[in-house]
Amino acid sequence: MPEAIQFLLPRPEVLARRSIIIDDLCGLLPADCVIHEARELVPFETDAFVSYRRMPLAVVLPRTTSQVAAVMKYCHRNSIPVVPRGAGTSLSGGAIPQEDAVVLGLSRMARIIEIDYANRTATVQAGVTNLSISEAVGIDGFFYAPDPSSQLACTIGGNIGMNSGGAHCLKYGVTTNNLLGVKLVLVDGEVIEIGGKHLDAAGYDLLGLVCGSEGQLGIVTEATVRLIAKPEGARPVLFGFETSEEAGACVADIIASGIIPVAIEFMDKPAIEICEAFAKAGYPLDVGALLIVEVEGSEAEMDAMLENIVGIARRHAVLTVRECQSATEAALIWKGRKSAFGATGRIADYICMDGTVPLSKLSYVLKQTSEIIDRFGLRVANVFHAGDGNMHPLILFNANDPEEAMKAEEAGNEILKLCVDAGGCLTGEHGVGIEKRDLMRHQYTDAELAQQMAVRAAFDEDWILNPSKVFPLEGRG
Amino acid sequence: MLIPNSETDAAYVIRNAAADNKPLSICGADTRGFARLNKPAEPISSRGLSGIVDYDPAEMVMTVKSGTPVSEVEAALAANRQMMAFEPMDHRGILGNKGEPTIGGVFAANVSGPRRLIAGAARDSLLGIRFVNGRGEIIRAGGRVMKNVTGLDLVKLLAGSQGTLGFLTEVTFRVLPVPPMTETIVISGLDDETAAKAMAAAIALPVEISGAAHLPQTVRSRFIDGVLPEGEATVLRLEGLTASVDVRSQKLAAVMGAFGPVGKLGMENSLMLWRQIRDVAPYADGTEKPLWRVSVAPSAGYHLVSALRLEAGIDAFYDWQGGLVWMRMEADPEAELLRRYIRALGGGHATLIRASEAGRPQIPTFEPLPDAIAALSARIKAKLDPAGIFSPGKLG
Repeated sequence: MPEAIQFLLPRPEVLARRSIIIDDLCGLLPADCVIHEARELVPFETDAFVSYRRMPLAVVLPRTTSQVAAVMKYCHRNSIPVVPRGAGTSLSGGAIPQEDAVVLGLSRMARIIEIDYANRTATVQAGVTNLSISEAVGIDGFFYAPDPSSQLACTIGGNIGMNSGGAHCLKYGVTTNNLLGVKLVLVDGEVIEIGGKHLDAAGYDLLGLVCGSEGQLGIVTEATVRLIAKPEGARPVLFGFETSEEAGACVADIIASGIIPVAIEFMDKPAIEICEAFAKAGYPLDVGALLIVEVEGSEAEMDAMLENIVGIARRHAVLTVRECQSATEAALIWKGRKSAFGATGRIADYICMDGTVPLSKLSYVLKQTSEIIDRFGLRVANVFHAGDGNMHPLILFNANDPEEAMKAEEAGNEILKLCVDAGGCLTGEHGVGIEKRDLMRHQYTDAELAQQMAVRAAFDEDWILNPSKVFPLEGRG
Repeated sequence: MLIPNSETDAAYVIRNAAADNKPLSICGADTRGFARLNKPAEPISSRGLSGIVDYDPAEMVMTVKSGTPVSEVEAALAANRQMMAFEPMDHRGILGNKGEPTIGGVFAANVSGPRRLIAGAARDSLLGIRFVNGRGEIIRAGGRVMKNVTGLDLVKLLAGSQGTLGFLTEVTFRVLPVPPMTETIVISGLDDETAAKAMAAAIALPVEISGAAHLPQTVRSRFIDGVLPEGEATVLRLEGLTASVDVRSQKLAAVMGAFGPVGKLGMENSLMLWRQIRDVAPYADGTEKPLWRVSVAPSAGYHLVSALRLEAGIDAFYDWQGGLVWMRMEADPEAELLRRYIRALGGGHATLIRASEAGRPQIPTFEPLPDAIAALSARIKAKLDPAGIFSPGKLG
């Protein structure tokens, strides 16, 4: 497959010292924490943005913060790029390595350190999976709110790197709104602690800056996150509409009515068909778009909210209304949505866009998106978090057809530019990674990018940390 | 005082100041300007940049120029039954000053009130900004959408930076519907420790508490004209649709009965009470007695107060489930003692909001940072304000 996205050229002086570097790393860490055999490096070549791959120089899998610090100190002193990695589920290529880089994997730091119900916090190592936090505290009536689709696999460290969201963010916010503290290893190996169990930290909001920085500012090894009391119950309702526009208008009216559901998910016709064929969730096949709206609370509260919401949907000529009577029915409604990416992967290769637009522009952007896709002669399935304008067009293509693959990338770029021009942004929750890096100039002026890179330089002057990502390679100064 | 009346103007003024190495003290209306600088600086105010730029209630997002009065923003929101969920406090009472607080000041100081517990701080609602950096360049960060991870989050960095990193010219923030009903459950007669346990138990229930404060005997009578029941008052706020608040308040009252006598305040008194908690009404006392704002883990608040009580004359009450302690000292600010105890109790920070002119200069207003973080913060500042002209020395 052709590669439109460039990586930094490997540093020849690093490549030349490969075996010395591996020996040194083996000296710093226990033998089983260093991977360097070509065969064993293969799983680390790419992440969930599979169209691009690079063989790293080595992989280290430390078990402690001091081991992470030792690796950073060594790599910094020797100008060796470091690419941090959680579970490798990034959809934007955030964890794809490069030939001269040491991959620093946090998967062996997967311990829940402390659960503190009096303060409603969990302190965990960075390699703990997102879902395992909610699993650990669920029995006591708590949960951790951000819920990316990959929550079974993805790690808290990766969530912090990308400021991950999920379907339930409409009410509870994304990672940055649920993070209270981190232990951060700086590029030179110094370890700092930011925040803690108190609700706001002193000084500049370094926590806010680190969250979503895509591994460019340091390595998070521990995090303290906020726990929330689980609602008594949650119930989704499914609506089918004739057109995407009608569904989009309904979303805007629900939000405007003053009700904040925990989730509003949108699927267009192609997405409905793909998901139904896979999950047999009983989705209506005679509609142009569907919405899944979920509310939370006691039975009485949910009844009241759903009555309002169904009323709004009826004003938008809703064709199908499926309220559920049991947990099984609720799970079925969600099953289709949650399997969207997997189900799409069965029928075609796809790239998943992540642009976010103001709610008032949803219908317009959906329409323009299908025009762009038609122009390229491709197919698209739209599945996304409608309540916050975070769109996920899945552009379908055949990866074995280089020309079509290139077209898919081009169409994706046009869609993202469309999102920016509509007053939105390139990425709502997946991150820039390599995927959207070269579009950054469409969203930011040179001065704005230079300002961001200057702040980056306050952490990592020499571009050691995840250096091929986020910022366009030209004009880095 | 410099009062630029456009963003371009502001950029020009700042570019010149940088070229001349002339320090500027960034402010709105200076109603929260309690921190001192370490060298003389000419004030530059945002008040010439005023007005709502864009507000579509259906989108729940508002864009305003930074010098817009908070009261104007609140009025526009109220007309559409919306609000700033983070409930920014008004410092004028405790600081005894006049002037019209600006929206830029709210975000530059990351000012949040009781609902911070559930709805996040000002920085969590802030979606986008425009600001002038220390080079006189106009920089945009963030945007108008709720989910945005495009590049480094300079929005968060500028929020709460107290005018030391940039001059905010425009802010875009998320707003929420005003809940139709507000109720407050009062549990009477709990000591500080039991109150902390009661609040933790309450917040663990699925009733969505949007405010949890403990008002000891010394301050109780100074809220809502003294109508709170006798004894210490532990207060828990519930908001939402009326029917839902009714159900939840019954549920909450039933559980809280195990801690002490339970009462309800009703809507009117609730609204007034939480506004007074937000604005620290008991210490809006017209004095210059040292006043601290302390942020610690919720379970550490009462430990801190009881430890300090043995060594100094203090009065205190608690918001944020016990994690936000408002503490008035009877005589000396006792900064070192207080900060030592905070460290010993697991960390947090203390800000000296009010002090006499004589007492202030010796005491760092904001919590001194550990060396590594202080060094990193200085590097970051140098990247936004290379000439070091913005509010020098304000953060220590």
